[in-house]
Amino acid sequence: MTPMHAFITVMLIAAATFATRVIPFLVFPDADKAPKFVRYLGNVLPYAAIGMLVVYCLKGVHPTVSPYGLPELIGVAAVAGLHLWKRNTLLSIGAGTVLYMLLVQFVF
Amino acid sequence: MSNEKKAVLRVACKAAFPHTIPVLTGYIFLGMAFGILLNSKGYSAWWALLMSGLIYAGSMQFVAIELLASIFNPIQTVIMSLVVNARHLFYGISMLDKFKDIGKKKGYMIFGLTDETFSLLCGAKTPEGVDENWFRFFITLLDQTYWVLGSVMGGVIGSMFKFNTTGIDFVMTALFIVIYLDQWKSTKDHFPAIAGVVVTVLCLIVFKADNFLIPSMIGILIVLALYKKIYDGKGEKR
Repeated sequence: MTPMHAFITVMLIAAATFATRVIPFLVFPDADKAPKFVRYLGNVLPYAAIGMLVVYCLKGVHPTVSPYGLPELIGVAAVAGLHLWKRNTLLSIGAGTVLYMLLVQFVF
Repeated sequence: MSNEKKAVLRVACKAAFPHTIPVLTGYIFLGMAFGILLNSKGYSAWWALLMSGLIYAGSMQFVAIELLASIFNPIQTVIMSLVVNARHLFYGISMLDKFKDIGKKKGYMIFGLTDETFSLLCGAKTPEGVDENWFRFFITLLDQTYWVLGSVMGGVIGSMFKFNTTGIDFVMTALFIVIYLDQWKSTKDHFPAIAGVVVTVLCLIVFKADNFLIPSMIGILIVLALYKKIYDGKGEKR
């Protein structure tokens, strides 16, 4: 790919990405006049969307093939366990990530 | 700019900063991973700056590295970007109300609506005496600053050292798990949170890793539509 092609690729990605972000605001320019169902979605979607994101991050896990998703399982358990125990966001994320990196680089 | 306005901005920025610390960690690490990976494919830190400044979408930028490392294909590039980022539609719908009186900042707020900024905007409560719109604006702006800084640092470091970053992307997973748990504690109605996970897992099993995101979004919409009657009923009792 030439630098010009790379530049065009980057610009196309930028435009398409912005499109996905701006479309709801273009379709419903006045939030108060948006249909009731859309406003209901505005209230409940955030919870569902974060749940979807968690699964999305773990999409590459193959539970039937060695190492059977064990590094991910241990990593997720460590993050969730630490967070429920200490409620320290940085600790949960930091320790969980370091543990996971050690697991995939040296153990599995 | 008047002194009063400067004071309002300073207060809002100071109030926003602590809320962004988890994203600071995540974006610096992940941004660096991005910069290093991009560098390994022959694109310098300038490219990292350009991409993090104008695209500003974590997972898409990782996909972009693959696109940049292969043959120029504009149509595939656009379709890929729309599909990978389709989940942003959910964020926009969720933010219609919060962004309605935000004025000139709205354009940038929409541009900056990443997974992480969206989740912070969902969760963070504006402290008393702080301008809500500027508070949300600074959350968005600080988040992008971290991402740009991290990716440029990665691009620079990547050209000096070689080291094993395998697994560093787990920082994003960890961030979402933490936000998921925090959101769980913030409400008594857990149905939407459970539905999000269950529907997506089912779609992942049925449609496989490359094609499950769009069916998941449709599935979540259907399940939440069916749930609306129960939700409205609960609202009357409250």
